[in-house]
Amino acid sequence: MTWVNDVVQGILLGGYYGIIACGLALMFGVMRIINLAHGDIAVLGAFLMYLLLQHWSVSPFIALLPVLPTMILFGYVLQRLILQRSLRAGILTPLLATFGLSIVIQNALEQGFGPDVQSLGAQAGSIVTAAWQINSQLSISALGGLILGTAVVIYAALQLYLSRTTSGRQMRAAAEDPDTAELVGINSRAVYARATAIAIGIATLGGLALALRSTFQSYSGPDQLIFAFEAVVIGGLGSSLWGALLGGIVLGVAQTIGAQINPEWSILSGHIVFLLVLISPRGGLLTLRSRRGARSALSGAGA
Amino acid sequence: MSLLTLEGLDLRHGLLEAVRGVSLELGEGEVLALVGANGAGKTTLLRGIAGAHRPAAGRILLEGTDITRVPAYQRVRMGIALVPEGRRLFANLTVEENLLVAAQRARRGGWTIDAVIEAFPMLEALRRQRAATLSGGEGQAAAIGRALMTNPRLLLLDEVSLGLAPVAVDAVYAALRAVIAAGTTVLLVDQDFTRAAGLADRVVCMLEGRFVLEGKGSELTREQITDAYFGLGRAMAVAG
Repeated sequence: MTWVNDVVQGILLGGYYGIIACGLALMFGVMRIINLAHGDIAVLGAFLMYLLLQHWSVSPFIALLPVLPTMILFGYVLQRLILQRSLRAGILTPLLATFGLSIVIQNALEQGFGPDVQSLGAQAGSIVTAAWQINSQLSISALGGLILGTAVVIYAALQLYLSRTTSGRQMRAAAEDPDTAELVGINSRAVYARATAIAIGIATLGGLALALRSTFQSYSGPDQLIFAFEAVVIGGLGSSLWGALLGGIVLGVAQTIGAQINPEWSILSGHIVFLLVLISPRGGLLTLRSRRGARSALSGAGA
Repeated sequence: MSLLTLEGLDLRHGLLEAVRGVSLELGEGEVLALVGANGAGKTTLLRGIAGAHRPAAGRILLEGTDITRVPAYQRVRMGIALVPEGRRLFANLTVEENLLVAAQRARRGGWTIDAVIEAFPMLEALRRQRAATLSGGEGQAAAIGRALMTNPRLLLLDEVSLGLAPVAVDAVYAALRAVIAAGTTVLLVDQDFTRAAGLADRVVCMLEGRFVLEGKGSELTREQITDAYFGLGRAMAVAG
């Protein structure tokens, strides 16, 4: 029964990884940008909510309301001012740009909020502690369920957006061939900015999930990035949109089962699964896929 | 006034001057065939007109308006559409989505999905298929259809028949005649000189980035074209 519990808890944890991975996968799928600042951006979102809650005694969910549009706007401006320019200089420059951005965000957060560990769990009320007790061995926390449910909603909404809307079709076209997209009237840069805005918005939701279920501090970003990155790779690096959520769940389950065997193995077992996928024949195709796969990165969202 | 005017257009790939000081007047409703060997600069010229390649010098005017600095996606709305070499369909989108995505920023006009499918009946059965699964001829039909969805006044076609079966070329040219009959101005590049010249009012031959021979499709002889094509008789070409 403990094993069942581990798997269930792992799936719930995977919901969080899925949210964090989603924006990373979207930016990679649309623009081939690996956003090394993705985790830091999620943490930035968490700190903005923390800042609001210091002045305003409301639920973190209310604090999300002004922070989410702010972060979406931040994503849009980030793409237009920094990432778009760096894209012109080849594939490596955006990587360096986001690496730099990651350092800037970490240091700015350290400067602004100090090194203390924070959590928004205490302000969120009963949802953090509530749980459905299935039996003596198995309980599902309300927060975990909420996060996993949110993840599913995010992925479903993104899928609908990409496959059913005008704007989503433009995004898939620009992702596949930005040059030709321009020739049929699509402003690829505007589409890219939209993609980054969406990715940062989802990262902010991930930041809230992190702040509620755990703790965060100014240097928490890189850890989140690693989990997000592992989820994306386990899920098949852009072979389909839902792969990132699936990868997140696999990672989550690996960590909880690892922790059951030995508490020290929790994170390690996640890394091992990631490495096993990387060296497996399927993982070995990654390089091949990222060339062609770059072209089919959003194919799972299509018809 | 002519629909398209090029004035001393220079297009470069780094140090390579692909198009050198080309000037051209293209009237509304005119059909111009551009011929020339590989590397003559035809594709670069078409991409320059469409806005995908920024000129190093010279001007591009559409009905007298200077559009030299206008980005490609805005030129689409002004009525310029390019069917690129190799078709370049969005492989993971369905045929219908390929058409829809082009209609989003289109000029107003009569081209709809139904109209495109009427012009290319073979697309009817393929509407829901991914573009990656299409044959060469089907792909070319879809690519031309995609360009038509933007309701172009000036349709640029690059290597129309390249890689297509003869029967597919027939179908594509038949549809092009209908497009031309509807009053669309066409600038086409095709290795198949006979077909291209048969369709065109005027033929221009390019060599090493320059126009070296120009004449009515019906008047130019095969020898004249061959000479200009390979640069055999440059002195004569100037006279021609």
